[in-house]
Amino acid sequence: MSNTEVKGDVVLMKGNEAIAHAAVRYGCDGYFGYPITPQSEVLETLEAMMPWETTGMVVLQAESELASINMVYAGASTGKAVLTSSSSPGISLMQEGISYIAAGELPALIVNVMRGGPGLGTIHPSQSDYFQATKGGGHGDYHMIVLAPKSVQEMADFVGLGFDLAFKYRTPAMILVDGMVGQMMEKVVLPPQRPRRTDEEVFEQCPWAATGDASKRGRNNIITTLELDSHVMEKNNERFQQTYRRIEENEVRFEEYMTEDAEWLVMAFGSMARISQAALNSAREAGVKVGLIRPITLWPFPYDRIREISSNIKGILVPEMNAGQMIEDVRLAVEGRVPVKHCGRMGGIIPSPSEVLSALNTLIEEKK
Amino acid sequence: MKEEIIIAGFGGQGVLSMGKILAYAALLDGKEVTWMPSYGPEQRGGTANVTVILSDKEISSPILDEYDTAVILNQQSLDKFEKSVKPGGTIIYDPYGIHHRPSRTDVTVVPVDAMEATFELGNPKTYNMLLLGALIKVRGCVSVEDVMMGLKKTLPERHHHLLPDNEAAIRRGMELA
Repeated sequence: MSNTEVKGDVVLMKGNEAIAHAAVRYGCDGYFGYPITPQSEVLETLEAMMPWETTGMVVLQAESELASINMVYAGASTGKAVLTSSSSPGISLMQEGISYIAAGELPALIVNVMRGGPGLGTIHPSQSDYFQATKGGGHGDYHMIVLAPKSVQEMADFVGLGFDLAFKYRTPAMILVDGMVGQMMEKVVLPPQRPRRTDEEVFEQCPWAATGDASKRGRNNIITTLELDSHVMEKNNERFQQTYRRIEENEVRFEEYMTEDAEWLVMAFGSMARISQAALNSAREAGVKVGLIRPITLWPFPYDRIREISSNIKGILVPEMNAGQMIEDVRLAVEGRVPVKHCGRMGGIIPSPSEVLSALNTLIEEKK
Repeated sequence: MKEEIIIAGFGGQGVLSMGKILAYAALLDGKEVTWMPSYGPEQRGGTANVTVILSDKEISSPILDEYDTAVILNQQSLDKFEKSVKPGGTIIYDPYGIHHRPSRTDVTVVPVDAMEATFELGNPKTYNMLLLGALIKVRGCVSVEDVMMGLKKTLPERHHHLLPDNEAAIRRGMELA
């Protein structure tokens, strides 16, 4: 752990390292992954920590991303808290497994430290997997909870949050972050170490889990995603949808910055929200009343708040490290009331605060 | 207090380590810090740079358009970052291997003969510490005590016998500046 230095509870570490430390401290039961830049430090850090000797957590470098996600599928089926991490091309390989985990109504955590695509693309940061994560990269009518951290602290915090939500709703959760937050170091306060749940606790808390002891439960729990009777399958679908509606009602999370008197709005997620905040501060100094909304959950998305605020502002800028993806959800919420403009870079280029500021000024000019 | 720093040079010169020790020292001082490397297929001989921000307040963007201070270790980095230093800012550079010196007159330019000094000191691996010493002397953003503590935490224990060499290099760097 050469990149990790500890001073009490405050540590200086990379976002990827924070994921690993937070997973062990959450009392996670297993990690299954395959190396890929820019997230390889997750697996490397876990291997260096050797949690199998302390908490008993399993850490396994699988032979592929397909193997990783199917090990997660299996681990989740037994009620264990398991996760995997990868970067964009690897996450594409996992889509079938994610769809199965959603269909099996299983809790699992998937971390995507995004790099530029399509294809093998670049190893540099990108946010171009927004569609894949929020609209379902796998097949079938499913959603997963998508959390978008902006800092190393949130990388650590969202591991616990992701697992808690995944177990609460029995659905996969994803941490969707770009390579920049994965690779940068910041100050972080790690959560306290929790013990892993005992087999008895898993048995009690997860009555649906396939724990291999039918006599105790009085029945076999079988996890399957195949249902040949369409009427039964439709009932399953309806149940999934009810879960998604409950998540939409209860779990929308976002952060606002200087929106009280805002005439203009910037909407951005993850690291783009921080770059945008720097641009916003410059604009404020020049007397432009601009605010920022940062969705923390990308699914469920804060449609209601955006719909509400769009009646009081003149226009919205959506800076993203992609060709314009979250902007579609912003437009859905705005319903044409005000102009919604994209600005961004692709291919692994990180836009600078001045690029965002100049796009904001252009939006304001055009409206005049 | 907010100090926005770019450290740039060849891979293998200790650019990222210097930034890390600096960030760690500031953390010990209770500051907010970000350390954002250029990452990629860089290796010894290629270019490497790191943006380090130290602040009393929460840091918004870890990516910057311009910097208060640039620590420059080679010509390519000087060509790339000289124009990105804020007016009134500081360029600290090692003239070794530099053919075109900084030409700006609206910034403070501090040449530090670190390469020369590192051979005098006898341990070329402490090269980056000479420049770190110069940086903290010129900018005063962290104390030498915090830097030493940061170094101790950053360096694996098996290398702790090298701490005195590193401290000597930091102090020599402070003198040179």
